Amino acid sequence: MSSRESVMDSARQRERMTRVLLYALLVIGAVLALLPMVWMVSASLMPSGEASSVPPHFFPSSPTLEHYTNLFTRLNLGRYFLNSAFVAVVVTSASLIINAMAGYAFAKLRFRGRDRLFRVLSTGLVLPVQVAMLPLFLLLKNMGLINTYWGVIIPGLASIFGIFLVRQYALSIPDEMLDAARVDGASELRIFWSIVVPGIMPILATLSIWTFLATWNDFMWPLIVLSDASRYTLPVALANLSGEHVQDIELMMAGSVLTIIPVMLVFLFLQRYYIQGVMAGSVKG
Amino acid sequence: MGREGEIVTELIPAFEKEHPGIKVEVQQIPWSAAHEKLLTAFVGDATPDIAMLGNTWVPEFVALDALEPLDSLVARSTDVVRSDYFPGIWSTNVVDGATYGIPWYVDTQVIFYRSDLLAKAGYSQMPSTWADWRQAMQKIKSQMSATQYPLLIPITEWRPPVILGVQAGSPLLRDDGRRGAFHEPQFRAAFDFYASLYRDGLAPAFSASEISNLYQEFERGNIAMYISGPWQIGEFTNRLPKEMQDKWMTAPLPGMNGPGVSLAGGASLSLYRRSAHKREAWLLMEYLSRPDVQLRFYKLTGDLPARREAWRDTSLANNRYTRAFREQLDRVVPTPKVPEWEQIATKVFEYGEKAIRGRMTVEQALAALDRDVDALLEKRRWLMSRRKLANR
Amino acid sequence: MARLRIPSEANTAAWFFLAPALLLIGVFFFLPVAASLLLSVTDFDLYGIADPGNTRFVGLQNYSKLLQTPDFWTALRNTFYFAFVGGPLTIAVALGAALLLSSKLVRFKGLFRTIYFTPFVTTLVAVAIVWRYLYHTRYGLFNYALSYVGIGPIDWLGDPQWAMPAIILMAVWKSFGYNMLIFIAGLQSIPEELYDAAEIDGAGPIRRFFSITLPMLMPTLVFVSVVTMIGYFQLFAEPYVMTQGGPLRSTTSVVLLMYEEGFRWWRMGYAAAIAFVLFVVILIATLLQFRLQKERA
Repeated sequence: MSSRESVMDSARQRERMTRVLLYALLVIGAVLALLPMVWMVSASLMPSGEASSVPPHFFPSSPTLEHYTNLFTRLNLGRYFLNSAFVAVVVTSASLIINAMAGYAFAKLRFRGRDRLFRVLSTGLVLPVQVAMLPLFLLLKNMGLINTYWGVIIPGLASIFGIFLVRQYALSIPDEMLDAARVDGASELRIFWSIVVPGIMPILATLSIWTFLATWNDFMWPLIVLSDASRYTLPVALANLSGEHVQDIELMMAGSVLTIIPVMLVFLFLQRYYIQGVMAGSVKG
Repeated sequence: MGREGEIVTELIPAFEKEHPGIKVEVQQIPWSAAHEKLLTAFVGDATPDIAMLGNTWVPEFVALDALEPLDSLVARSTDVVRSDYFPGIWSTNVVDGATYGIPWYVDTQVIFYRSDLLAKAGYSQMPSTWADWRQAMQKIKSQMSATQYPLLIPITEWRPPVILGVQAGSPLLRDDGRRGAFHEPQFRAAFDFYASLYRDGLAPAFSASEISNLYQEFERGNIAMYISGPWQIGEFTNRLPKEMQDKWMTAPLPGMNGPGVSLAGGASLSLYRRSAHKREAWLLMEYLSRPDVQLRFYKLTGDLPARREAWRDTSLANNRYTRAFREQLDRVVPTPKVPEWEQIATKVFEYGEKAIRGRMTVEQALAALDRDVDALLEKRRWLMSRRKLANR
Repeated sequence: MARLRIPSEANTAAWFFLAPALLLIGVFFFLPVAASLLLSVTDFDLYGIADPGNTRFVGLQNYSKLLQTPDFWTALRNTFYFAFVGGPLTIAVALGAALLLSSKLVRFKGLFRTIYFTPFVTTLVAVAIVWRYLYHTRYGLFNYALSYVGIGPIDWLGDPQWAMPAIILMAVWKSFGYNMLIFIAGLQSIPEELYDAAEIDGAGPIRRFFSITLPMLMPTLVFVSVVTMIGYFQLFAEPYVMTQGGPLRSTTSVVLLMYEEGFRWWRMGYAAAIAFVLFVVILIATLLQFRLQKERA
């Protein structure tokens, strides 16, 4: 065997060992990332009390769906599900239009004070939303919106971040295309619907997924606004149930599973858009 | 709140039949968030006609001018008979001389214990003085392992130290609710006793959310005693296995030098001032206050009736578990009737925790507690000096 | 007849497009933020809600009371602890995962990427409940695993020393996926030639990381760090669900304190002061980021 061949062999061996090491790390990481959720599902199927065993059980001895049925029949989870769905769908669809229009306007419509206004708006990005919560609560109280779905929905209908995202993307639409349409006599609204919206579809997809996830998962504001249990969104209902049913581990796990399923499904099926959006937005950042 | 919210809907049809034309809608809130949520509802002008209020919250809502005084309605009523109520309980609803709630069901704290473990330690009955109680717990502890404890009092609950405080004769607040009395000798004595339970290993320093399954711990003998309210009777009966059912019992609380007082808890039915249907709402309140309806409610929820007459029924009179509650209800006192009480109560256990975990001495903790309480009550003092409250 | 828009028409169209968003953001965000400052100089509370006449203008008293309250300093300290330990930890894990997933030797990149990102999309309350139980002293999986290496049971959520680390660990698990994606994008933008040249010069993988990867990634790192920490300053749901701010207030964050004072005890003037302090802290962090970014450029 020549010395060159043995060098190449050892190089290949090193490569193989590195690969094994990398895969090992990746798999360990994957297990750690998924373990809590796997256990959550597993415990949700255990009969009451089994989740408190020493040593802990990883898999249910006799899987049961009783906790899931209990959640829907005794504990009204279906109602909370619908509440969350209603709020999330309304916010996602309405905010999509509102943010897209504003984002496009900042990107492509020429009007006086545009850049200055946008700069002022951007300062809002660094303001933590919690600072607004106390007066916002009092404002909504005076509008009669406390403890209503609209009290939860309205503050989420426009987002500076969403406007930012759309504007970023819309900047890449060629001005000539828009001006050509204007010369042809099309109204701004028409231009928006027929040219701009199809052109920014990817970012709209990303934004809608983002908004849906954020709204579904939102906790603090619905917690503050809603006092009537029948209007609770899932995270708030779950937090309350966990306080009252701290003994019923398996039941709470089932509740967690049900809460997470919709966002997981949305993510898994649409992850392409979501991940693309995150990564595209970051390269500029 | 809680199960009561679910159950009360079953009582409604009979009422609606009696009063055709009145429709009742029930909204349920979980207990854990009820205090916040009721206040949010009030702040948001989204109040119902009647609310079930934890009776320690009545003063807060009175301060908000949210509730309708009921004395004239009570005087005229044949269903709501004041003398038939436990005096200590009724008084929790009286603020500045006026009645703002009708006791709906009562609640107080007694001891739930493993009678077999107590017997093994040489006691056929729960002791009735602090000293004897302590001795019994020490005896039980000597028969336990290091991770087992005779008494479970979660460190994040305000009731145990406050109960001990009132048992020692502390007024908790002095000067008509203007300042704290926590560093005074009575509360000090109670607090020393409270802290010693943890220090001597008789109670574990757990927070309420750490005990994942109380019933399992009780069944496995990891806990021998637990201070709690009437709903636990149902829970223990349902969750403990059959073999355990003759191994647990309830008893009134031991006091400093004899049978002790407990806190007058429970829920009241209150009428909101802003209600547009006060006449109808009062009819419902009267209905729910009838002894027979109270009894039916008890049978459905396990919540103890506020009407003494209901207690004469065999289901209660012969119930060996409720006997302790009946006895204790004759010895209950209300918590201070100031709107700031909830926040003060939270500070009590927070400083308690600090003292127990050795971050502060008892002396420092109680002094700091009173400082904070005085600060919390500053607004009340200012308002009282402006005679806004006194004129009510 | 065809013509381009004249400026005033363009203006009208623009305002039509902007009006809903600007109105909503103005009224329901900027206005309350400004009002917060006003609220913080009053003692508006439950009595004030009953009758506004019960409210007094107190100047900076809320702030001075705040600065004299140990609980406030505890909350501030806890929040900084969470942000300055949790932040770098999250970034380190995210960078590590990104490096792993950018290696040429690895296949199934998409699968692993999805798996690592999954915790990020889950509902925080739901997983907090699961982790609360994983941390259980007697029955939780973590102590079970520790018992295998001979470490005694840790009272994760009941020991003031361990409660915040427990929450930090969960936060790292939940959030690293997002930063990981950003790092992957950043790593992809580093030209391959740089690495090739370095390899020819004899530089090993570790050397290559420190001389090429890290410097090229620095702007992204700075940006991500500050953004992550700003997010972490707003810690609320985890302590609310898992520990209620305990034990001994060791997990009370600034936002949790604000929530308690404002929405539990209704001391809204006082709570507004807390909120304003949070605002100042985050503002400083943001300005710092701008400063660092400008220096880079």
